[in-house]
Amino acid sequence: MKEITYQKAINEAIDEEMKRDPSIFIIGEDIGKHWGGSLGELAGLFDKYGAERVRETPISETAILGGAIGAAATGMRPIAYLYFDDFLGVCGDELINQLQMKYMYGGKTKLPLTITAYIGAGLSAAHQHSKCLFGWLMNISGLKIVAPATAYDAKGLLKSAIREDNPVIFLEHKVLLLSRSTSQIPNEEYTIPLGKADIKRGGSEVTVVAIALMVHRALAAADKLQEKGISIEVIDPRTLVPLDKQAIIDSVKKTGRLVIMDEEPKTGSAAGEIAAIVAEEAFDFLDAPIKRVCAPDTPIPFSPVLEKFWMPDEEDLIKAINEIM
Amino acid sequence: MAIEKEKLLDMYRTMVRIRIFEEKIAEDFAAGKIPGFVHLSAGQEANPTGVCANLRIDDIITSTHRGHGHVIAKAGNQYSLAPMVAELYGRKTGVNKGKAGSQHLSDMDIGVLVAEGIQGTALTLAAGAALTAKLRGTDQVVVSFIGDGTLNTGRFHEGMNMASAWKLPLICYCENNVWAESTNIYDVTNLTNITDRAVAFNIPGVSVDGNDVLAVYKVAAEAVARARKGEGPTFIEGKTCRRFGHFQGDTHLYRSQEEKDECMKRDPIPRFRKRLIEMKVLTEKEADKIQQEVQEEMDKAVKFALESPFPDPEEVLTDVYA
Repeated sequence: MKEITYQKAINEAIDEEMKRDPSIFIIGEDIGKHWGGSLGELAGLFDKYGAERVRETPISETAILGGAIGAAATGMRPIAYLYFDDFLGVCGDELINQLQMKYMYGGKTKLPLTITAYIGAGLSAAHQHSKCLFGWLMNISGLKIVAPATAYDAKGLLKSAIREDNPVIFLEHKVLLLSRSTSQIPNEEYTIPLGKADIKRGGSEVTVVAIALMVHRALAAADKLQEKGISIEVIDPRTLVPLDKQAIIDSVKKTGRLVIMDEEPKTGSAAGEIAAIVAEEAFDFLDAPIKRVCAPDTPIPFSPVLEKFWMPDEEDLIKAINEIM
Repeated sequence: MAIEKEKLLDMYRTMVRIRIFEEKIAEDFAAGKIPGFVHLSAGQEANPTGVCANLRIDDIITSTHRGHGHVIAKAGNQYSLAPMVAELYGRKTGVNKGKAGSQHLSDMDIGVLVAEGIQGTALTLAAGAALTAKLRGTDQVVVSFIGDGTLNTGRFHEGMNMASAWKLPLICYCENNVWAESTNIYDVTNLTNITDRAVAFNIPGVSVDGNDVLAVYKVAAEAVARARKGEGPTFIEGKTCRRFGHFQGDTHLYRSQEEKDECMKRDPIPRFRKRLIEMKVLTEKEADKIQQEVQEEMDKAVKFALESPFPDPEEVLTDVYA
C-alpha cells in the first residue's frame, strides 16, 4: 500500500492509462509544458508523452470537446480537459446534441471519450468557477457521470472512465484537488467499476447519501452525531450515472430514513433525483420524510462569508437529521 | 486535368441519383408519406459529387441538414438508395434504424461521420476526425460540408483555427446558396467574397462555380492533394443555389422570381450532360438510359421502404450506451 493525494491519484491514473494505450491523448488548455493543468495535477505528463499526446489548445472549449468527440468517433480515446465544469455551457451543443451519436446513428458509432472538469465551491471562485452541475448533467442522455470523493476512488474510477467505450464526465472537486490529505491505495494496478456505490461509513438509523466533497462533511457530521448516540450510514454513490440505486435502497430498507447532501441548488439537483427514486421504489420502508441538504436556488457568491452560507455543511446536515429523528 | 471516362460517367450518374432522390422525396413528403421535415439539395448536386469523386471510402465527411446528396456522393453509386429511403420513411431497415431521419442521415461505414441539424459543430468534429488521421499517420482526408449560414458561428472559427494551427487534413467546403434559411448571407456579413474568411486562418481560400461539377472536381482535387500531403486545410466556396425552399413547405417568397428563374437555368445536370455529349463521353441515348435506370432504382428503393416494417417500439431503449 502507499499514501497518495487526490491530485496524484488523477495524475497516476492518466499516466498508467496513456502508457498502456497509445490511442489515448489529452486535449485542453494549459495542460502542457508550463502548468501541467491549472492545479498542477497533470505535472510531468507533457515531458513524458510529448506535445502530440498532451495537446495544448487555445481557449476554445467547443473545439476541445468537439475535436475530442470527432477523434473518439474515428478511433482515438481522448481525454478532453474542460477545466472548470462551469465552462461546459460554452460547449452545450457538444454535450446535449453530439455525445448521443451512437444512438442517433443507429448504433454504429462508438464514443470512447472522457471529459474531465473541476467542480465545486469553497475557494471563493465566484459563480463562474464554482458549480457542480450534477443535476444538469444527469439530464443529458448517454453521458456517464463520475464524482469521486477520495484519492482511492479517483484513481480507480478514472482508469475505468478512460477504458469506457461511452462518454464519461469525470468531475474533480477543487477542494479535494488542493487537499494534502491522502488515501491508501494498493501499489499494484486496480480499477473501480462505474455504477458501484461505496458505503463510506456503516450505520443503522439514517442513510446519508453524499456526493463528492459532501462525503467528507457527512462523515464529520456522522462523528458528531455518534457522540449523541445517532448512528449514520454514509453512502457515496461515486457515479451519478449509472447510479447504484440498489445500494441506496438497501440502506434505506435498513435505516428507514434518508437525507441527501448535495452541493448544488436544490431545484433540479441530483439530490432530487435520488429522493424521487427512493420515494418511487422504497416508499414503504421510509419512517420519515426524505430530506435534501442542498445549496439555495441562487448563483454562487464570492465573499467567503456568503459562500460559506451557500455551501451545505455539517451543521445543515445535523439540523436536517434532527428534524426527522 | 484529364478525368477518365468511367469517372465522368460515374459523376454524372451520382448527380442524377441525387436529383431523382430529392425530387421523389419532395413528392412523397408533400403527399404526407414522410414524417418530420426534409431539406432538399436539388440544384446543388455538383458540389458533393465533384468533391467526393476525389475521396476514398476511408476518407471522412461531415454533412448537414441538407445532406442527402453528401451521403449519396460519398457512398458511391454501388451503395443502395434503399436503406436511405427507408430511413427517411422511419423504417426498421433504415441506415440508422429509424432514429436519424432525413436531417441526420449518416453512415460511418462509408465515412459519413455526422449529419448535423445545428450548424457549426461539424467543423470541430471534423477537425477531431482529421486529428485522428494525423495522430495515426494515415493519409485520410476529412471534408466538412457546410452552408453559408454556418460561416458566422463561433464553431466555424474554432474548428478552422484548430485545423490550421495543427495543419490538419481538413477541407471546409461551403455550399454557398446565399440563403441561410430565409436570410441572405450578404445582408448579415460584411463580405463580398466569403473566401476572405480563409485569410484569418492563413490557409488557401478558393471560390468555384458550384454548379459546374468539373470545376468543383478540379478545385477539390488540389485541396485533397494538399491535405493528403500534410500541407493543411483549405477553404472552398462552391457558389450554388437551391431549387427548393429551405425546407419542404417553405414557399421561399423571400427570393425574387428572377433569382429563382436564374437558379433553374443554372441547373448543373443538363449542363454536365451537354458537356459530356460534347466531349463524346456520353450520347443522348445513354444519358436517357442512365436517367431511366436511376428512376427504376429509386422506385425500387421506395418500394423497399414502404414494404419495410416500422422499428419495434423497444428499439427506443437500445444503443444509448456501447
